[in-house]
Amino acid sequence: MKTKLRVKPKPAPKTTVFNVEKLRKDFPLLRQKVHGKPLVYLDNAATTQKPLVVIETLEKFYKEYNSNIHRGLHLLSEKATAAYEAVRIKAQAFVNAADPREIIFTRGTTEGINLVAQTWGRQNVGAGDEILVTTMEHHSNIVPWQMLCGEKGAILKVVPIHDDGELDMEALAKLLTPKTKLLAITHVSNALGTINPIADIVRLAHSKGARVLVDGAQAAPHLAVDVRALDCDFYVLSGHKIYGPTGIGILYGKYQLLDSMPPYQGGGDMIASVTFEKTLYKKPPYKFEAGTPNIADTIGLGAALDYITKTGLDNIAGHEQDLLAYGTKKLSEISGLKLVGTASHKAGVLSFTLGEIHPHDIGTILDRQGVAIRAGHHCAQPVMDRYGIPATARASLALYNTRGEIDALTKGIRKVLEVLG
Amino acid sequence: MSDFSDLYQDLILDHQKNPRNFGELSGANHHADGFNPLCGDKIALDLKVNGEGVIEDVKFKGSGCAISKASASMMTVALKGKKAEEAEKMFHQFHDMVMGKEGAKTGELGKLKVFAGVRDYPARVKCASLAWHTMEAALHDQKDVVSTDDGVAP
Repeated sequence: MKTKLRVKPKPAPKTTVFNVEKLRKDFPLLRQKVHGKPLVYLDNAATTQKPLVVIETLEKFYKEYNSNIHRGLHLLSEKATAAYEAVRIKAQAFVNAADPREIIFTRGTTEGINLVAQTWGRQNVGAGDEILVTTMEHHSNIVPWQMLCGEKGAILKVVPIHDDGELDMEALAKLLTPKTKLLAITHVSNALGTINPIADIVRLAHSKGARVLVDGAQAAPHLAVDVRALDCDFYVLSGHKIYGPTGIGILYGKYQLLDSMPPYQGGGDMIASVTFEKTLYKKPPYKFEAGTPNIADTIGLGAALDYITKTGLDNIAGHEQDLLAYGTKKLSEISGLKLVGTASHKAGVLSFTLGEIHPHDIGTILDRQGVAIRAGHHCAQPVMDRYGIPATARASLALYNTRGEIDALTKGIRKVLEVLG
Repeated sequence: MSDFSDLYQDLILDHQKNPRNFGELSGANHHADGFNPLCGDKIALDLKVNGEGVIEDVKFKGSGCAISKASASMMTVALKGKKAEEAEKMFHQFHDMVMGKEGAKTGELGKLKVFAGVRDYPARVKCASLAWHTMEAALHDQKDVVSTDDGVAP
């Protein structure tokens, strides 16, 4: 007789109404005034603010069960280990990985990329091989590959972008050759906001035999990531850009790839056995997590992932797309303002120039009106060079921003024109 | 616009829009380059110092924010006819003033005192001081590109 496997019914999809004013109350930092004006925080692509639940989770860890993981036989260590490993499962669900062993905790996106460059890269990239990046990459998805190419005699090639900030897909198809070992590409551009069609890109790259690493630092806050639907080989992201603590990030890698890779750093917790003659390494993910990890911030990240899941990425995306459309319209009405990055699929970013006025002067005047934006090259100098500008001013969105804040930004920019125009 | 007149004074805005002594100096015998990679402010400074150690002429080229451009322009005006050691003294006084150092002397600065407001905008001190650090480097014939945004001390 067939026995029916008892499966827990999936919880019904959350139908929480997205209420931004209510959500804002979850973020204590947003209540303050700066320079006597209510804070309008629009520098979320740099880092997001933290909900109280994340702050309290960190506090609870240090107050109640701080201890090292994977080694103690005492109660506190067991509690800490369970909390730490529970986040791996949450992260697995967050990116829809097939297996929790495919989730490696890192310091952030930058370390995730360097880990892949120094392990998979050193093992698989040789003289004359090619690594492809794109014009719109953040420096952290350029420099580690440059370093690897320098060491191995491999060649770094660059996929260009169109004027609107979209990737040149025809050029990509031509640049992908049997020599291409890896395509390292951002999911969402931090300077332009462009959302790249990653699933199509991965299919194309795989058809030429290239592996694909996706920099998801700017995508994870704004859209649901599904590494299995994307079929990418590696996906990296930072906790602090998704309402979690700094110093913690996630590297996803397909298990077979991770298993074939050499370790990253040597040390405790990544070994199966050590003698002076030979050391046996653990299996992934522990092979890549040497030493005492960032336990507290990992557990804090877990709280952030729960917060996002509860709020609903679809709700967040819908709200942010509304703000983006509203902001695009409002900023476009300002004479002399030029939006940099006008791709048809964008997330979270309004980058602009204002005639001859330098973005740093824009940043200073906005700051004094309580509006926090980023001014500069956004660690994406090749993007600035592509547009022939030294810098842009960038307003970037999060779930807690409002139309009223876009109005404050617009009013602030008009003030800039009044002072310096 | 009174909220910002402490920083963006009329004299500063005038120099930003109409920079004085802009260009390359033929016959220059000292040169230095300044570059702040974080914000992209750039300056190339030429000095002509005569046998008596007097700065006979000075010109600059560059691009950047209002503060960095105006600072460079007003510096060139102030330097002409000054002895090298006087220029150094001005450099130190200017530096102390924009850093908001307690008891900073400003006796040599004249019109340059319009930059005093910069001390209330810590992120902009590096913009105001780039030209001066570049001048100091030119006088000492330093070959390395000068930067004031490497985060340690402007």
